[in-house]
Amino acid sequence: MIELQEVAKTYVTGAGPVHALRGADLKITRGEFVAIMGQSGSGKTTMMNILGLLDRPTGGRYLLEGSDVSDLDADERARLRGREFGFVFQAYNLVPRLSAIEQVELPLVYQGAKDRRERAAAALERVGLSVEFHRRGPTQLSGGQQQRVAIARSIVVEPRVILADEPTGALDTATSAEVMALFRDLVQRHGITVIIVTHEAEIAALTDRIVRMVDGRIVGDVETRLLARGQQEASA
Amino acid sequence: MSIADALRVATRAILANRLRSILTTLGLVIGVTSVIVLIAVGQGAQVGVASKIRGLGTDLIFVQPGQSNDRTTGARGQSVSLTRSDSDAIVAAAIPGVAGVAPQISFNAQLIAGSNNSRGSVIGTTPDYITVRSALVAQGEFVTDTDVDRRALNMVLGSALAESLFPNGEAIGQQVRLAIGGPLGFNFRVVGVMAARGGATDQDSQAFVPVTTMQSRLPFTRNSTGEIAVNQISIQMTSKADQKAVKAEITNLLVARHAVAAPDFTVQSQNDLLGAASEVSATLSILLGSVAGISLLVGGIGVMNIMLVSVTERTREIGIRRAVGAQSRDIVLQFVTEALTLSIGGGLLGMALGVGIALGLNGRQVAGQAMTTLIQPWSIIVAFAVAAGVGLASGSYPAFRATAIDPIVALRNE
Ligand SMILES: Nc1ncnc2c1ncn2[C@@H]1O[C@H](COP(=O)(O)OP(=O)(O)OP(=O)(O)O)[C@@H](O)[C@H]1O
Ligand SMILES: [Mg+2]
Repeated sequence: MIELQEVAKTYVTGAGPVHALRGADLKITRGEFVAIMGQSGSGKTTMMNILGLLDRPTGGRYLLEGSDVSDLDADERARLRGREFGFVFQAYNLVPRLSAIEQVELPLVYQGAKDRRERAAAALERVGLSVEFHRRGPTQLSGGQQQRVAIARSIVVEPRVILADEPTGALDTATSAEVMALFRDLVQRHGITVIIVTHEAEIAALTDRIVRMVDGRIVGDVETRLLARGQQEASA
Repeated sequence: MSIADALRVATRAILANRLRSILTTLGLVIGVTSVIVLIAVGQGAQVGVASKIRGLGTDLIFVQPGQSNDRTTGARGQSVSLTRSDSDAIVAAAIPGVAGVAPQISFNAQLIAGSNNSRGSVIGTTPDYITVRSALVAQGEFVTDTDVDRRALNMVLGSALAESLFPNGEAIGQQVRLAIGGPLGFNFRVVGVMAARGGATDQDSQAFVPVTTMQSRLPFTRNSTGEIAVNQISIQMTSKADQKAVKAEITNLLVARHAVAAPDFTVQSQNDLLGAASEVSATLSILLGSVAGISLLVGGIGVMNIMLVSVTERTREIGIRRAVGAQSRDIVLQFVTEALTLSIGGGLLGMALGVGIALGLNGRQVAGQAMTTLIQPWSIIVAFAVAAGVGLASGSYPAFRATAIDPIVALRNE
């Protein structure tokens, strides 16, 4: 359903062009749980932005459900993005002053959806944030709670894909595990595709597939359970 | 995003920065307030002047002397080009349409009765005054022909003067001393009290004496040839008179009498005065309106400035909203709504303040005069519409800037 063909992204800067992506090929089907790994500056965030229609490639094609979305304008991308994608960021990116439930309602506001309150409450329940926290603002929530709110916000529109850029980067090990369990649950129970970027091998190991990037290219793509088996064999 | 959602976001943003919001709208508040107040004051003044002019009577022509340069006889600013005999000549000419002629000499003086004293304007005139000015005598009688012939030391008091000089008693028959500086002074006997005319005029603080009494008792009212210099000749026309023709005839008559090439006096009808007054107040209104308009503009710049700050401050928030599906029009709607809410709030506050101040000023004594304010509904509507328009205009550019924010850059900005 998601297909990148030779996607390139070149930033034009004062100091000359920066090639963030140099022809990335990637295919992800519905219901996959994928981790993207790679060194800092290898182009992970750039690729996530393109996948989530926050940005557009400067070369190659991006097919979403078979149709080319590389050339949509900003508003068309916004509409599609609001419907199809949910975002989770390392820095949570909650709107200041809005309560937890209002944060989650936000994507519904822009869709002009009905039953916003109910759907937002349901999403918060699904990520395990109890009612007593629904009226609290970002400053009154812990990091883990904020990330739960952010995840609730990403799933409330019932997107096909959740893109999470270092979602556990700011969380401790226990909370990270909870967040990963939440993603696993979304994949298994709701058939949502979840793509995360992470630097931690332990986190990546909790997904089904690991994509490795180096210097704007995809250099490795393995199923996690094969990897695990390989490691077991190596250690045996 | 619906308008209701946009309004909710806007009010929240405005309330989150209460002090800043108040300071931002202050310019607009002051602008709207001043438009409403200044126009109410201007209109009140115009109506006041007009009613003053109308209060003089109906179908009147006023002849006034031109400015005299003769310093020896033109003492105390009196002019000499118009005399009692000019007035008699106008009567004698029997110009069609003229119903009455009243010369008048006036100056301000201190009037004293026992321990009470009051300033008033003393007017020397003839019995015609009462018809010409459509004045009414409440008690006693006005200056009579006999008084004029005999140069009688009789005086008729305006209602307010009678009230202040004789607060608890009959004025008729009492003595009033007319003090004209230094030891000079004359005792007059009160023979009449005028009916109150009210309104915004000071006609109730006038005192009337026979014009001839002035001539004989007050030397400064005479010019070098011994004639009585008058301040004004009021001429009553019939209601069907051709005002232009009457003016022309009077002008010709006096030009011939004075043997001058160009009139050394002015002839103005009541309508001329009304026209001049409304011209003055129209100019004043434009002036006041421009001042108020400028403050509205400055207010608008204030709103735009804060909206630009607000957009910059909320770059990240805009990025988040974009990421969760906000389109350009949603972002525009959000910021335009915020600017409009601010400016409409300021406009409403200004409206309330303006109407309140205008009502509060009405009837208040200012510099010894009762002030009249007349709130113009159109000024409220215009001021409010301009405030809202200014809000819209000054919100649009920042809103447009907000749509240009790249969500990726916004989200990266830590
Ligand atoms: N807006 C931009 N303008 C210019 N260069 C950019 C821009 N965004 C990213 N880059 C460059 O593109 C390259 C890839 O950046 P990207 O953010 O995708 O890396 P990343 O893999 O997400 O790194 P990290 O693990 O540190 O988050 C980097 O060299 C970065 O400096
Ligand atoms: Mg990154």
